[in-house]
Parts: sequence; C-alpha cells; structure tokens
Amino acid sequence: MSARFQAGERVRIDTRAEPRHHRVPSFVKGHAGIVERVCGANPLPEQVAYADPDGETRTVYRVRLNQRDLWPDYGGAANDTLEIEIFEHWLKEA
Amino acid sequence: MSDNPERIGPHDLGGQRLGEAIDHAHGHDFAHWERQVDAIIYLLGEKGHMTDSAQLRVNIEELGPEAYSAYSYYERWAASAVAHCLKRGLVTEDEIAAKVAEIKARNAGGEPA
Repeated sequence: MSARFQAGERVRIDTRAEPRHHRVPSFVKGHAGIVERVCGANPLPEQVAYADPDGETRTVYRVRLNQRDLWPDYGGAANDTLEIEIFEHWLKEA
Repeated sequence: MSDNPERIGPHDLGGQRLGEAIDHAHGHDFAHWERQVDAIIYLLGEKGHMTDSAQLRVNIEELGPEAYSAYSYYERWAASAVAHCLKRGLVTEDEIAAKVAEIKARNAGGEPA
C-alpha cells in the first residue's frame, strides 16, 4: 500500500465529527505535527469495531506533536513532544 | 491552540483534570474474577468471536458516562464481553438473566431456582 505522506512531512489532524469508534482523541484534533515514521497498513477502526475485518486497510503514521501546542499551560521544555499513531484518513497536508 | 473539539466519549480523557492524584506507589492486585474476565476476552479472540480489539473498546465507549465512571477497569471489560456476546448472538438476555439468578441464589446459600 502506498503511503500518502512521508517521514518528515508536516500534517494536520482532522477535526471532523465521527460518531463511530475511532482512534483520534480530541486533544490532538486540529493540531499539526511532523510524520515521525510510516507505521504500515492496519484495519480501519471505524469498520472493525462493528464487524469482522473486511480486508480494507489504511496506512498508519506516527505523528510527532509539540507539547506546548497541545496544552496552553504547559510548563515543560519548549522541545517536549508527544507521538501518536494516526490513520491516514484523519490526516491532511499542513 | 486550536478549537477544542468535542470529547468523543467518556474514555476521551486526555487533558481532563483528575479529581485525585494517580496512586503510583501500589501495584495492581488482580482479583480472581478479574483474571476470569481477562480470560473470557482472550478466549473470544482465540475462538474467532472477537476479531479486533476495537470490538472490545467500542462497547466500553458506549457504556455512557455514568456507567463508565462507576465501573472499574475489569467491570468495563465484563460489560463489554456481555454486550459483544449479545450482539453476536452467542448468548441471549434470558440465558444471562437465568445465570445471574442462579449465581445470586448460590451466593445467598440457597438452591438455584
């Protein structure tokens, strides 16, 4: 499966509403970061939460976010980061 | 800072203030029933009845905020296992009610109905 984004690319995590099960906590939605690595293809949580896997997969990326961007009152170092795995359909170019 | 999107469920706790500090000093001491719940979840997986961990998670997320807060970790797993088995038709509501009644009677020292 071809990856839409490459390591080092800047991406933004989508804020769209999704009533189904998904793996994007609200505290990262809307934030931009860097693709730390391409993790490979995985079954869609929005599908496999409700039925047996149907074979459809999407590429997952480890996205590196800056802690100071995430938390307005963050007291740690300016270069502290948080990494989280996000499916491709939740990412867009930033 | 972007807008704060709505929390996606009671499990979406990142950034929420905790009422109390996390106790890191004491390890987990699992009760027997907690190990049984753990075993049930893994057996559902091994037997092909639960084909992704998302199926465990989604039922926990759908507990609702009150039950989610009230239940312990393995109580949530137990509730999810019941919901999953009902969804898949592995057991019926009547079978669960009958078994609960039987266990309650046993624990009360009486004979099962």
